Parts: sequence; structure tokens; C-alpha cells
Amino acid sequence: MKRSNEPIFWSLFGAGGVLSALVAPILIFITGIIAPIGVWMPPDALAYPRALGFAQHWIGQLIILALISLFLFHAVHRIYHGLHDIGVHAGTGAMVAAYGSALLGTLIAAWLLIAVGF
Amino acid sequence: MAQVKTYVRPMGGWWRRNPYFVRYMIREASSVFLAIYSVILLVGLWRLTQGAAAWEAWLGALTNPISILFHWLALLTVGYHAYTWWKVAPKTAPDLRIGGRPLPECAITAGGLLGTIGASILIYVIVRWL
Repeated sequence: MKRSNEPIFWSLFGAGGVLSALVAPILIFITGIIAPIGVWMPPDALAYPRALGFAQHWIGQLIILALISLFLFHAVHRIYHGLHDIGVHAGTGAMVAAYGSALLGTLIAAWLLIAVGF
Repeated sequence: MAQVKTYVRPMGGWWRRNPYFVRYMIREASSVFLAIYSVILLVGLWRLTQGAAAWEAWLGALTNPISILFHWLALLTVGYHAYTWWKVAPKTAPDLRIGGRPLPECAITAGGLLGTIGASILIYVIVRWL
């Protein structure tokens, strides 16, 4: 029997699910709502020197890479399997596109984190 | 050849027939919002590598009303996903036992929800005051 690739993708999906369940709501709330509106956050909360310092520290880099990569792998797994629910019977091409785009996003994030320096 | 006319129940709009399926589809839809949010973060990281002006432009784009509306919808759906994630955690988690007894299902769900609340407070405090 051909070995299934499902455990790998389910692990990434599960890791992204746990991470998003823990931190995604507060991150969306901070970066997308209260910081732009300017309530409950000082104006310089996401200022360039702070953001750059965070992205240049190895802990910050690990956090950024884990967030972007695992959120993407979680989301594409759901979207890929959800296609069936909306009447799209996706084949191998859709699978490659789904997980491939998450992998591409991960590689771009890693490359940008190297570009931003240490 | 006689055509066999078997009744096939139409599946269009199937999930709107039952509130359980509506909730299921909202949870599944949260992944689309999460994917877009990941791309927004990725673009932010890209702009950060281009210098202060590019970063400020990215922050400026986030103040657009469409962006704010998107993030409210993302917060609602992804927040709902977080709730459902911990709700089903007793079914998906490995067999957890304390003193030979399985951990009660409500303890796993409560632990996860408390984890989300704790992590949220911690991140808010770090971003705001540190």
C-alpha cells in the first residue's frame, strides 16, 4: 500500500490550528483593529524601530516564521478539503496548489527574515 | 434504452438547511480569513525589509476602512474557530490520563480556552508595555 502523505499535512494543520486558536484573535485585534484605530495602544506600538528590532531578533524571527507558515498550512488544508463542500471535486492539481502556496509563503517569509538582517 | 429517472436530491445550498451546517461552514470560512491575514503579515514583513517609509505605508494601508472591516470579520470568524478548536480538542487530543483516569472533556476544553485568554493578555501586555 502506498504510504499516505496525510500525517504530514495533518500535523502542520494541527500545529497551525493550535497556534491560531491561541494567538490569532489577539494578533488580528492588535495589528488590524486597535493599532490602526489608535485606541488601547500607544501610537508607536508598531513603529518602525520596534518592528525592525523584533524582526531582527532570533526569537522574533522564529515567532514570525511560525505564525506565517503554520497559519498558511492550517488555512490551505481547510480550504483544500472544504472545496468538496462547495461542490468542487478537487484533484491532485488543487492539492499541489494548496500546499505549494503554503510552502512558497514559508520560503518567502524565511528569505525576507534573512534579508531583514540580524 | 429506457432512461432511468432516479430522483437525485439537489445539493445546492445544502449547508443553509441546518444551523449545524451553517456553523460548520462559518468555521471552515475562518480559514480563508486566516490565509488572507497571513498574507497581510507577509506583505508587512516584505515592507519592513524596504525601510521606514515602506513600513509606514503598510501601517497606513491598515487604517483603510476596508482593512478595518476585514479585520473585524477575521476576528469574529477566527475567534469562533478558536472556540470550536478547543470544543473538539477532547476528540482530537491524544489520550490524556491523570492517575489512570482520563481527563474530563470539559477540563481539556476549559484548559484550551484559558490558554487562549492567557496568551491574549500576555501578548497585549508585551506589545503595549514592553
